[in-house]
This record gives sequence, structure tokens and C-alpha cells, in this order.
Amino acid sequence: MDFSVSEEQRMLRDSIAKFIQQNYDFHSRCELVGSETGFSAAHWQLFAELGWLSVPFREEDGGFGGSAVDLMLMMEAFGQGMVVEPILPSVVLSGGLIAAAGSEVQKRDMLGALMAGRLQLAFAFSEPQSRYNLANIKTRAELQGDSYVLSGQKSVVLNGGAADVLIVAARTSGGQLDDNGVSLLLVNADTDGLVRQDYATVDGHRASEITFDKVRLPATDLLGEAGGALPVIERTVDRVSLALCAEAVGAMEVAYRKTVEYTRTRKQFGVAIASFQALQHRMADMFIECEMARSIVIMAALQLDAHNGIAPRAVSAAKSRVGRAARLIGQEAVQLHGGIGVTEELDIGHIFKRLTTVQYMFGSTDHHTRRFASL
Amino acid sequence: MNIDYSPEELAFRREVRDFLQAKLPPGTRRKVLDGLPLIKSDHVNWQKILYEQGWAAVNWPVEYGGTGWTPTQKYIWANECAMAGAPEVVPFGMKMVAPVIYTYGNQEQKHRFLPGILSSDHWWCQGYSEPNAGSDLASLTTSAVRDGDSYVVNGTKTWTTLGHYADWIFCLVRTGGPGVKNQEAISFLLIDMETPGITVSPIITLDGLHEVNEVHFDNVRVPLENRIGEEGRGWTYAKMLLTHERTGIARVAQSKKRLQTARELASNTSHGDGIEDDESLMRVPSFAQKVAAIEIELLALEFTELRTLSAVSTGQAPGPESSILKIKGTEVAQAIDELYVEIAGYYGLPFVKAQFGGEYEGPWVGPGAAANSAPRYFNNRKTSIYGGSNEIQKNIICKAVLGL
Ligand SMILES: Cc1cc2nc3c(=O)[nH]c(=O)nc-3n(C[C@H](O)[C@H](O)[C@H](O)COP(=O)(O)OP(=O)(O)OC[C@H]3O[C@@H](n4cnc5c(N)ncnc54)[C@H](O)[C@@H]3O)c2cc1C
Repeated sequence: MDFSVSEEQRMLRDSIAKFIQQNYDFHSRCELVGSETGFSAAHWQLFAELGWLSVPFREEDGGFGGSAVDLMLMMEAFGQGMVVEPILPSVVLSGGLIAAAGSEVQKRDMLGALMAGRLQLAFAFSEPQSRYNLANIKTRAELQGDSYVLSGQKSVVLNGGAADVLIVAARTSGGQLDDNGVSLLLVNADTDGLVRQDYATVDGHRASEITFDKVRLPATDLLGEAGGALPVIERTVDRVSLALCAEAVGAMEVAYRKTVEYTRTRKQFGVAIASFQALQHRMADMFIECEMARSIVIMAALQLDAHNGIAPRAVSAAKSRVGRAARLIGQEAVQLHGGIGVTEELDIGHIFKRLTTVQYMFGSTDHHTRRFASL
Repeated sequence: MNIDYSPEELAFRREVRDFLQAKLPPGTRRKVLDGLPLIKSDHVNWQKILYEQGWAAVNWPVEYGGTGWTPTQKYIWANECAMAGAPEVVPFGMKMVAPVIYTYGNQEQKHRFLPGILSSDHWWCQGYSEPNAGSDLASLTTSAVRDGDSYVVNGTKTWTTLGHYADWIFCLVRTGGPGVKNQEAISFLLIDMETPGITVSPIITLDGLHEVNEVHFDNVRVPLENRIGEEGRGWTYAKMLLTHERTGIARVAQSKKRLQTARELASNTSHGDGIEDDESLMRVPSFAQKVAAIEIELLALEFTELRTLSAVSTGQAPGPESSILKIKGTEVAQAIDELYVEIAGYYGLPFVKAQFGGEYEGPWVGPGAAANSAPRYFNNRKTSIYGGSNEIQKNIICKAVLGL
């Protein structure tokens, strides 16, 4: 048993921490969030140069190694800075799908460009009715000659606005809830018949509503096997869930540390409010939650790397437990800050928002608790 | 013990329902029911309709324009308003400063200020908190120094809700020097927001909206006649009101309506594992249990409130029990806010602020009630912080009830 990190992992973590310290103070983050694209192209280029965009990929695909533990360490470090660059939707999620399902040519063309920072991707999977069921898909792609004709509506597509290419989950056969019949299609963002409505999300990221009205695609733009994409999607979303959990751990650690710091300096009734035991215990609980979350995320990362078939259950355990921790820590951080905690003026409120959305993306706490029980 | 309505009370309820049905503007009602932000005119228009009906000042004594309703009638009114989707009364004028004026003000002040509050021609805001005086309000430092027939006020008030709409602000200010005990050094002043030297700067809350402000006073001259009661007694006036003016603090009626709407919404939200509409979120046992647990809490809260109201109607002053209402009322309401976020699922994420304004013409993102679910949840974390934070309420219970 060994929970220590390797020299390489330590360097990865330290270099991200250094980047955040130098480039990502609260004010700079607010500027990015408010900017037209919602993140910095220059940062993205730097991430590529430093090899961070290659971390989730195997060496044979040109990546850095692709272990879940590496991914966890990286995302935790990004979480500490509340980084808004679209690593999760573009690299871990969409890149993950290409790595898992792509042909050699697709991998060479697209993963290379992705890791070099030249390509932005988004995965369009959720639909208004689908909630957290990845198989619940009404969007259809009909094969007509050597083309697919794609029609349907996708909701809350993360990074949809910046994506050059969308990966779309569509039915090529089967009924709305069938496991079989789900396919992945690569769609250029500027294709005719595709309509996008881009917007900011409550946590400072970006997403889009996207409709496809008889979008015509060459049949070769299929990613992976026709009708057999669901297992790939599920596996990839599990990795993304782990990455999101790790990001949340980073944010939770910052949240409780900042709360401790703030209560030590904030004075009421002539003393620092940290001197009230009622508040001390609440902060002890925040710390405990953060450590419990960290532990279960490590457990899940190790299970993912073990490729032993129990990873889905482990990931659901992590997502469920992290969701609870994120909820408590986010709410308490705000409460203990008092009024300043509910304003845009301090980072703590922004951390609270992200700690809220992580509870509802890729399956809510409740969803993963049920999934854990069912697996 | 019984909780039945008399025939008169039932008739009153009918009258109230008919009135709300006929007079509540549909646009405002829609916003309230969808949990969208209201603007000034939503509030003022509605208050003016109530004013014409003679129902604007539910709790005031009849002689100043109050309704003279019994506690049961007030309870019916609150419930019916919430069920109909009527906006809540903005409390600063109607519920906060008016009782101070009619209880402690002189004749002149009553004549001067009460009519404008009653008719909603004057918007009031509350200037108590300061950057360094939040939970410890008595440590406030905004000073009012006598100079001839006026005070000269200097300092900063903060968290001033809707101060940017306000014509008047009521403030607690320090009139006593350093030697004077806190509780004898504070006075209650009414200040015209137009007075030179006042600047209002916005503070943006987590929902991205401008609701609160900082209000700066730079040598602001306030006539002595704008002081309520005696100099140095302001703290006492403010405190007396805190314990008396607690009706509706638990916001039971609003929470009932919000919970009912949440249940309807969940019934129309696919849980994802069935073919659309026939398989709703309400069919998921863990979700249904969450809803049930909140409803049960709300029932206990409602009867706690009713017990308090009934004690008040038999002449007892509400004591520290009102702290229960504040704590549990905000906890239940916050749990309901969270329920909306959960129901929204992915649609809790989009933040299309333009949708909240009246003029938005783009396509609406997600179902109506999802749009503001997360921002509202974020913003309403304030309710356990303001009005005496829930921690401070527990301190009160420890001291005043448990004798600790
Ligand atoms: C959205 C919003 C609107 C508001 N509107 C108004 C308004 O219109 N007018 C107005 O005057 N004020 C208003 N307030 C101010 C509000 O009343 C204060 O925020 C509140 O009194 C808390 O003060 P604080 O924010 O300085 O927090 P602090 O007093 O600094 O408290 C920080 C934390 O410490 C805890 N704490 C403090 N003392 C103790 C103790 N002794 N024991 C245990 N815990 C303790 C608090 O509970 C809180 O969790 C508003 C606040 C908000 C957020």
C-alpha cells in the first residue's frame, strides 16, 4: 500500500499550483468569466505547451500516461484555482470519447490537435427529458445512402459555444431508452442545420442549447461502432465524474481554509468570530467532510486504474459522497462568512456556486447513491 | 383546542380569494410563482391596489389605516396571498419603520410619514448594519453630531436592501460620546435619501442582481425633528420592535406554496428512466421522501407559529420563541430552494439573466421555473444570515430560554 505521489505527479501538481498563483487570482478569474469567450486562449495554449492537455491520454495515443490518479491530481489542482478553461468538457470528456472509441486515423487527427491546443470539443449528450440517464436519447441519425441525417435537441452542452467539433450522441436504431442503438457522430460546429444558443452557466462556465435540423453528415463521421456507443459513453462519463469530484476536492479545501482564515480576522463582539466554539465545530466538520471526500476520490481513482469492473460502483460512491461534502462545505463557507458570503465580491461565493453545480452534473448525489445501490 | 374556521372567517376567506383573483396583476403573479425577480413597479403597483382596498397595512392599528383584522384573519390573508402568487410586502416601510413611528414618534412625525408609507408613495430602506457592525449591531459607529437644529451624520451603512429605490432611510446612529454605554448612545433617525452627502453604491449578490447597497454619509445634515423619540433611546426602540414585529417571520405560507409548486413541477419532470411524461421525478422514492420530509418539517413549523400567534392574541408578548420561527422558517425555505435546483437537473446550470427582465425576446432556456432556481438558492442563503443570523438566534435561545 502506498498513497505517496511520484516525483512526476508532484511536479505536475506543483506546476499547476504555480500557474494558479501567478495567473489566477480572484480578480483575473472574474475577468475571464466576464470575457466574451469565457476563458483565456493564451492559458489554453500554455496548458498545451506544459503538457497538461495530454495528461488524460495514453502514451500510445501521444499522451502523458492516462492514469486516473494523474487525472485526479491534476483536476484537484485546477479545482483549487477554480479554473474555467474547458478541460473537463473538451479534453477529459470529448477527448476521452475519441480515445476510447476513435479509429487510428480519428485519434491521430483529433487527439493530436486537441493536445496541441488547436482543437476545442464538446460532447452533446443530455436532452430535456433525459435527466441523468445516458441511454435516454431521442435525437436520431438516419442512414440515407452514405450520409447520416441528424435531428434532435441537446441541452446544456458544456463548452458548446467554443467547440470546433461536437460529438453528438444519437440514436441510429432502437427506442428512446434502449441500451443498443446509440451512436456517436462528429459534427463540425458550422454545419448547416445546426443552431446553437450559447450562454453562461451559474458557476462561471459556458454551455449551449443545440438543435439539429436534418443535419447531413458523411457516414464516415461516425465515432466508434454504429449502435454500440453506450458502454463507451458510460465508461467515459465515469472518468469525467471522477475528474469533477477531484476538482471539487480542490475547491472544498480552498473553501474551508478561506473560511478559517476569514473567521480569524473578522471581529464581532470585540473578538475574532473564530473564537466562538459554535463556529469552530462547524469548521471542524468542514475539514472532516473534505478529508472524507478526498479519501473516497482516491479510492475511486485507484479502482478506475485497476480495470477490475467495479469502477462504476466506486465512481458512484465517490460522486455521492463528494456531493454531500460539497453541499455542506459550500453552504457553511457562505454562512460563516456572513453577508459578504452571498456577494459576487468575494471568491467564497463563487466557490459555493461551483460546489453546487458539481452536485448536479453527470448524475446528482441522489442519482449516484441509487446507482451505487443497484450495481 | 381547535383549529376550525368560523362561518365569518370562511366568508372572509372567500372575500380575500375573490379579491386576489380579480386584482392581482397576472404578470406579477407569474413572476412570483416562477420564482423570478420582481422589480420596483411590481411591488409598488400591488401595494397601491391593496391601499385602495384598505388592506395595505395588515398589522397597523386601525387609527393609522390598519385593517383591524384578528390574528386568524391575518393568517388567512397571508395564506391566500401566498397561494395566489401575490408579492410579499417589502418590509422596510410597512413592517419596520411604521411601527416605530406610530409607537414612539410624535404627532407631527406620524402625520408626516405614515400616509406616504401606507400609500406606497415613499419607499423606505433600513440602515442598521455597517461593515464592522453586523451580528454585533450595537458596535455601530456611524455618528450623528448635533450642530444647531440638526445632526451631522458621517459613516457607512451596508447591506441596505433596495436602498437604490428608496426615498427615505431609517438609521441607527451613534449620538453618545465614547464614554456612554452602547445601549444609551444610539439614536433612531429618519433621513431623506435626497440629502446632499449621501451616496449609494451597489453590491451585487450571488444571483448577479443589484439588491443591496452601501450607503455612505458624508457630513449629511439631518434636522433634529427627524429623530424618533429621545436621543440615546434608539437601541431600545429597535429592540422592542424586533420582539414584537415577528408575524410572518417563519414565512410558512410562502413555503407551503413553494413546496406545492415544487411538487407539481417534479410531477412534470421526467426522472429519465422512463418514456417521458408518465415517469416523473415524484415516482423516485428517494426524491419523494425528501419532499415529504420537508413537508413534515413545515407542518411542525406551522403549528409552532400558530401556537405563538395564539399566545400573542391572548396578550402574551412573543418571547424568544420567535427565534425558533426564524431558524426553522429559513431552514425550510432554503431546503425548498434546493429542491428546485434538484428538480431542474442540468437546467439549473444556465444563467440567462436577460430572461428575468420583461423585455427578453430570445428563446427561453429550460422550463420556466428552472431558470432562476440556482440563483435563487444562492441568494436565499442570505436568509439564515440576515435579520439576526441563525447562530445569533441560537445564542438568544441559550441565554433567554435555557438560562445558559
Ligand atoms: C442580502 C442581505 C440583505 C441585507 N439587508 C439589510 C438591510 O436592508 N439593512 C440592514 O441594516 N442590514 C441588512 N443586512 C445585514 C444583515 O443583517 C447582516 O449581514 C447580519 O447581521 C450579519 O452580519 P455580518 O454579515 O456582518 O456577519 P458577521 O456578524 O460577521 O457574522 C459572520 C458569521 O459569524 C457568526 N457569528 C457572529 N457572531 C456570533 C456569535 N456570537 N456566536 C456564534 N456565531 C456568531 C454569524 O452567525 C455568521 O455566521 C442584509 C444582509 C444580507 C446578506
